[in-house]
Amino acid sequence: MTVATPRRVRGRIPLPLIVPAGLSLLFLVLPLAGLLIRAPWTTLPQRLTEPGVLTALRLSLQTATLATLLCVVLGVPLAWLLARIEFPGRRVVRALVTVPLVLPPVVGGVALLLVFGRRGILGSWLDSTFGITLPFTTTGVVLAEAFVAMPFLVIAVEGALRGADTRYEEAAATLGAGRWTTFTHVTLPLVAPGVAAGAVLCWARALGEFGATITFAGNFPGRTQTMPLAVYLALETDLQAAIVLSLILLAVSVTILASLRDKWIASP
Amino acid sequence: MSTPPLLDAHIVVERETFRLDLRIGIEKGEVVALLGPNGAGKTTALRALAGLRPLTAGHVTLDGRDLDRPDRRVWTPTEHRPIGVVFQDYLLFPHLSALDNVAFGPRRHGVRRHEARERAARWLDRVGLGDYTSRKPRHLSGGQAQRVALARALAVDPALLLLDEPLAALDARTRLDTRAELHRHLAEHPGATLLVTHDPLDALVLADRLIILEHGEIVQEGDAATITAQPRTDYVARLVGLNLYRGTADGHTVRVRDGFALTTADQLDGDAFVAFRPAAVALHPERPDGSPRNVWSATITGIQRHGDNLRIQLDGPIGVAADITPAAAAHLRLVPGQPVWVAVKATETRAYPATG
Repeated sequence: MTVATPRRVRGRIPLPLIVPAGLSLLFLVLPLAGLLIRAPWTTLPQRLTEPGVLTALRLSLQTATLATLLCVVLGVPLAWLLARIEFPGRRVVRALVTVPLVLPPVVGGVALLLVFGRRGILGSWLDSTFGITLPFTTTGVVLAEAFVAMPFLVIAVEGALRGADTRYEEAAATLGAGRWTTFTHVTLPLVAPGVAAGAVLCWARALGEFGATITFAGNFPGRTQTMPLAVYLALETDLQAAIVLSLILLAVSVTILASLRDKWIASP
Repeated sequence: MSTPPLLDAHIVVERETFRLDLRIGIEKGEVVALLGPNGAGKTTALRALAGLRPLTAGHVTLDGRDLDRPDRRVWTPTEHRPIGVVFQDYLLFPHLSALDNVAFGPRRHGVRRHEARERAARWLDRVGLGDYTSRKPRHLSGGQAQRVALARALAVDPALLLLDEPLAALDARTRLDTRAELHRHLAEHPGATLLVTHDPLDALVLADRLIILEHGEIVQEGDAATITAQPRTDYVARLVGLNLYRGTADGHTVRVRDGFALTTADQLDGDAFVAFRPAAVALHPERPDGSPRNVWSATITGIQRHGDNLRIQLDGPIGVAADITPAAAAHLRLVPGQPVWVAVKATETRAYPATG
């Protein structure tokens, strides 16, 4: 008696599917591999500790974190509104929220300049009344990053809110909880994984932000020069430095992805 | 009728194709079961009382205070109503321990944290879960979760306790124990209790009074004995396991269809119901002789197990369900489509007026 090999019931995988699938995988992985292959591994330790690198990295982490905080504080209520309240024009609002997602970041930067610039609609008022200048400052970087990253948070949190069982909120109401208490004590804990996932995506997007930042905040080392800007600048003078900076960003991204994987992406 | 009951409600809720219209009064300490088939409007009524759905018309008055009265523009939101709700699948907050779930209500009512937790611990003790205070809901069994939900609802001392199918999510065995347990707690509850269920056994065991709701209207109301003895609709008759027919009585006969009358032991006149148990129906392969006063021929349309017996559905001048023993079944060829003779003794039937 021989052991029967499992029979193939569904037939072969069609070539027109397997070939492009393989190619696309190569296309995604090869550039990353190139980065690893061409990295100056021997001089890496010195290059990592160069003051310029550390300054840019610190600024990037700080601004991305602040931008994420801003997005959470403003974006979660917006997501709640979109998910829970029926109001006229809700579809339009939802569409507007996603605009920065598809808008070229440079355009976002220009738009920010027109509003928050020194002669912008709000910027001139802020400048004359409070003496606050936003463009070409670290705050400007945070603003630019938040503008671009906010949709990631809002969409993730709205999805989580829609998926959450609203009957828990009804149960809270029968126990005497008003809407705000219900939100803080029941709704938020229930959608916490969604908020966390949204915040991480938002943070990653903010960390990689380039176009809006360079347009709105400029490229001043120590003040507005984040990692992506430093990579771009280094590319013109010192390829090795650009590779090192890119490696750092790659490492950070992969770490985020790994931490996200099973925890949140699979079951939002 | 000098003092109005603790809960005095006239619930009218209209949706596109559905209208719910029922009056409920519940006294202090009374347990009323709202019983009806799916889609009858039971849960809608409960939600209206809880303030989770506004009334279209009518009023909800609890302890003399209007909570919802559209014509006077009175509306009290759920969180300000003195109610407690046990939801069908309990809806225990998954991120809170059993203790914090029960303490949630008292906390929202302004009780200090320490005091609220002490009160919650006492309630968990009362429902026999003193050792489970730190468990998260996902680590509780169905029966335990049900008891935590009950403790959570009672911990705010509600004037009105609402229970939505409180035992439906439990398996048969747990159900038996939990039902007895629940009965004890409901008896101790000083406020009014409304229990929504589609399980007649829950209603009969737990409630002092039954309200039967069909298609958004009350079809019958009363204590268990009256309703089981004299059902007034097919649904109620099926619930209590009776064959029920409506017709016109003339002495000892009730004409239930043109050319078909049932002979009864009771004597009355006018619009009447006739009811008899499926076990009172005898089946014969040949036309029987002797005492049974009601005999007709019918066709078997369905056969089901029913406890130790078989329940036979029969079509004929009237549709009827018969319960027969396996021994009796052996004498008959029980196949759908098979013609048989049906016999029901007049003494086994009950006739009562359909009006009033």
